[in-house]
Amino acid sequence: MKKVEYLIIGNSAGGIAAAEAIRQVDKSGEIAIISDEPCAAYCRARIAEHLAYGRSVDDLLFRPADFYEKNGIQAILGRRAEWIDAGAHRVQIDDGTGISWGKLLLATGGRPIVPEMEGVNRKGVFTFTTFDDARAIARYIEKAERAVVIGGGLIGTSAIEALVKRGLKVTVVEMKERILNTILDEEASALEAEAMKQAGVDIITGATIFGINGPSTGAEVVSSVTLDSGREIPCQLVVVAIGVTPRLELAAAAGIKVNRGIAVDRRMATSCPDVYACGDVAEAHDFVYQGPRLTPVWPNAYLGGRVAGFNMAGVAADYPGGTAINSMKYFGVDITSAGITVPPDDSYRVLRRRQNGSYRRVVVKVGCVVGMVFAGDIEKSGIVFKLMKERVDVSQFVETLVADDFGLICLPEDLWRSQLVAPDKVLK
Amino acid sequence: MKRILVKEQFCIGCRLCEVYCRLQRSESGELLRAYKREASLPLSGARVEERGPVAISVRCQNCEEPACVYACLGGALKRDADSGLVVWEEEQCLGCWSCILACPYGAIRKDTRRGKIARCDLCSGEEVPACVAGCPNEALEYIES
Repeated sequence: MKKVEYLIIGNSAGGIAAAEAIRQVDKSGEIAIISDEPCAAYCRARIAEHLAYGRSVDDLLFRPADFYEKNGIQAILGRRAEWIDAGAHRVQIDDGTGISWGKLLLATGGRPIVPEMEGVNRKGVFTFTTFDDARAIARYIEKAERAVVIGGGLIGTSAIEALVKRGLKVTVVEMKERILNTILDEEASALEAEAMKQAGVDIITGATIFGINGPSTGAEVVSSVTLDSGREIPCQLVVVAIGVTPRLELAAAAGIKVNRGIAVDRRMATSCPDVYACGDVAEAHDFVYQGPRLTPVWPNAYLGGRVAGFNMAGVAADYPGGTAINSMKYFGVDITSAGITVPPDDSYRVLRRRQNGSYRRVVVKVGCVVGMVFAGDIEKSGIVFKLMKERVDVSQFVETLVADDFGLICLPEDLWRSQLVAPDKVLK
Repeated sequence: MKRILVKEQFCIGCRLCEVYCRLQRSESGELLRAYKREASLPLSGARVEERGPVAISVRCQNCEEPACVYACLGGALKRDADSGLVVWEEEQCLGCWSCILACPYGAIRKDTRRGKIARCDLCSGEEVPACVAGCPNEALEYIES
């Protein structure tokens, strides 16, 4: 049986980050990465560029093509890990072989949720989270003039923009009362909706899909969807983008503790010795909620993977925590957002300002920033995010956070002087 | 590793660092063209902040733990192991703005024209970066730190 020091299941942000961290501190320990996707790690946010412009996966790689070779990483691609024996330190692969490992990382990510509904298995119904998904849609798109995207979240919005670029008439059906409702507040969400409408997209909110229909001839293709209201929308293509769910099966079957995701501590270690987890599958520390939480976004996956990698290689590191963070420029609207953008009750203070096409919103609780949305002029959003991440008491200068001339200089000196200003001795 | 730091007591907020930066990045190297006529209209990697008598010039600090690199969705931002500098590959930048949200200094610019970011690259290997050389008050220092 093949034996490696480090085995990583998952070849995206978290898996790559871990491999890079391991190599930073262990130049020779054998690393293998298994992924059921057949290609080198690519930028998941760019699959829309394949759909819109036909860019190949080689143009969208996250690391150079020689990354695996240069770092001495065995890439076992297009293969699925079937089960884990955590006690025996063994993973079984679907080609019939097994690998034994010293440390294991589960970076298995999430899979799109596809609800049970009439017609969901018809030709022309797709999800949109992998390069293969984008390719499947691109191959089918010639047959379509009208598309329905189910779900107005980030993935749905990405799909909508790409489909519009391909000249399709797109309708989005969102269950809640507005698009991007989990990551944006009402005002920012309305900005995005307005831009989407300008691009010719029909937005239907507060509605769900009752079923996906085919032509009366009995063919297996899609010809329309029916909403819960009974309204029928003709379309030849449907993208289901209602969310993703962690791929927990491997971990759960191996007896590793799972909640909504795989439970991990600040070192990204699971309940099983020598087994770590990160990324969309892991329930890691959220610094806003001050507890473990799923935050399935790329930057958190990378950071969690990096921390896991160091610990796997024997160098102690703590995950500083992440929170829901998102940034986008769909339909020309630049937005960054983080944390709690819509307070659940009136114990939060909300500051907002709209000026010259830009919008800022900062949500504060007990003196700390717990949420933010910047739209338009977003360049200083990172300064506010840092205050949020470090739980700085902003009570004394909270008003300036949304002021036009906001900058580092508005903050107490100890937050910027030591990093930006030359020490005195240089002056002599 | 060398960084550009500001001597705050000498910075008068004249914003010439921004001007020299744009000039350095321009195709023509001519001021009026760089500001008014060049199709590329380069952005400055430096930003001056002013509040009352206090002024500072802010740019990428090449953090040892670069949050922008960890946040980068495209693999465009990397920390060069030898120099310690954060480097950016334009081709791999998709303009997702993740790094902008991650940067604690607000030092990454949104180049809407190109749909990508713009940032200080310390004039990529010049002995003295243009902003430091051009500062009329010697308020910028390019030093090991």
